[in-house]
Amino acid sequence: MEMAVTELKKNKALLCLECGKCTAVCPISAYDREFSPRRMLAEGIFYGGGDLISDKRLWSCLTCLLCSERCPVDVRYSEYMKGVREIAQKQGNWGEPSHGSALLHIMEMMTAPKLNQNRTGWINGNIKTAEKSDVLFFTGCLPYYEDFFAKDFDFHPISIAVDTVRILNHLKIKPAVLPNERCCGHDLYWLGKIDEFNKLRELNLKEFERSEAKTIVTACAECAYTLKELYVKKLGLNSIEVKHISELVAENIDRFKFKDQNLKITYQDPCRLGRHLNIYDSPRDAMKAVPGMDLNEMPHNKRGSICCGTTNWMNCGASSSRIQKARLTEAKNTGADTLVTACPKCQIHFRCSQCGKGKDKEKTDIKLKDFTNIIASAIDG
Amino acid sequence: MAEKSVKTKTKKTGKKFIPDIVAFACNWCSYAGADTAGVNRMQYSPNFRVIRTMCSGRVTPGFVLRALKLGADGVLVSGCHFGDCHYIFGNYKAVEQFEKTKKLVKTLGFDERRIRLEWVSAAEGNRWAEVIDEFVAQITELGPSPLNNNHKS
Repeated sequence: MEMAVTELKKNKALLCLECGKCTAVCPISAYDREFSPRRMLAEGIFYGGGDLISDKRLWSCLTCLLCSERCPVDVRYSEYMKGVREIAQKQGNWGEPSHGSALLHIMEMMTAPKLNQNRTGWINGNIKTAEKSDVLFFTGCLPYYEDFFAKDFDFHPISIAVDTVRILNHLKIKPAVLPNERCCGHDLYWLGKIDEFNKLRELNLKEFERSEAKTIVTACAECAYTLKELYVKKLGLNSIEVKHISELVAENIDRFKFKDQNLKITYQDPCRLGRHLNIYDSPRDAMKAVPGMDLNEMPHNKRGSICCGTTNWMNCGASSSRIQKARLTEAKNTGADTLVTACPKCQIHFRCSQCGKGKDKEKTDIKLKDFTNIIASAIDG
Repeated sequence: MAEKSVKTKTKKTGKKFIPDIVAFACNWCSYAGADTAGVNRMQYSPNFRVIRTMCSGRVTPGFVLRALKLGADGVLVSGCHFGDCHYIFGNYKAVEQFEKTKKLVKTLGFDERRIRLEWVSAAEGNRWAEVIDEFVAQITELGPSPLNNNHKS
């Protein structure tokens, strides 16, 4: 209980005015009446978080920061959730992981130093990578997503990695790809498994050091957030600079030659890239620079954008599905024919939602593409 | 608790490698097959722990990966022969799941021979004994899993 109090103090939760704006904007609360950030915070303040720790809904929070965006006193609710999860998880409480927790097991397996992965099978002759280079491409979990989701969803997550390298090659960069990089640890961090996260970070930092890279490029919003905030900023590393591929493209937009595309698109802000890192404009600028690309904004965009429904492969349920359906309908109603995201997980969740049978199947029927796919297919030559 | 007793056992034996194998057996065929092997007093390797599942189709990648994460040297998934499944198409589902598991395990850098899918019916006690003996021999040849902390090679 004492630990819960320190979490409250650390995250400014005692300043809470109980105005309830957090519950009003929370995407989960909109569909799950029992889930209320205000109540969860009040439980922590008045009862030391006793019931909260064993509550299954503790694991439903998306940590999407939409509540903090609206909070008048800036309570760090997502961080508070993470802290309480850390305590709850040590006491043996756990949510309901989706996909039979296979993906969480993979992340935890990567904490073993002896593990020698076989993850660079996707590099083919059409793209150029180097043994050692100033620029490092951090693949993240894409090879595992390819194995796990490719057959079910008729979509190849690994194409995101291939297209990222193609974009880098177009900028005359031959990136290095680590044969034994680990998961960035994003999900374990937000689920409160800090020990495992620290192990992954240590192993990854050793690999980075060995590669002598100065810039790390990633195509995943979550990897970008973790590497930027939890690796570089938190440990005060000066030697490494982390960039999401959209930032790199936006900075070097003059060096690209694009073909005419004639596409109507809309853009989903991943919560890690948007509210967590404040990167809103670079993916938009990059896509607008492609001739014939017509970007239509959804009513909820930028700071107010709504999450894809699940995070950390945890507690995916009816409310997640309804968030996804609502978001896809919103995207469809803009008149766009493709929904672009900059996070592989957003796409996986949306595709999963589209797989279901239901009356509203037509309403949510929109093509999904990653940011890197859009840019790579527009590159001339 | 079983895990703890296994750990002390292997630590005591020191350098000699005794594989730890987890066998997922379906309730209707393979588990009964293992029973038949016992009832017939067949002699075969004792290095495996059976986990009974209602159907081999229930064994998702998560099950196998968790076993490997906890230090198993090999994982066996066993169900009914095609056409014999109690739930009609459960074992077809098992094949689908196993293909996925195999890919993931390969990407994680394990030898794909560490996991195996076999069909054993309730009457095939001798086949169960053969499968286990063969699998144990193969895992002994491959050596301890990289996640098995009881063996420091």
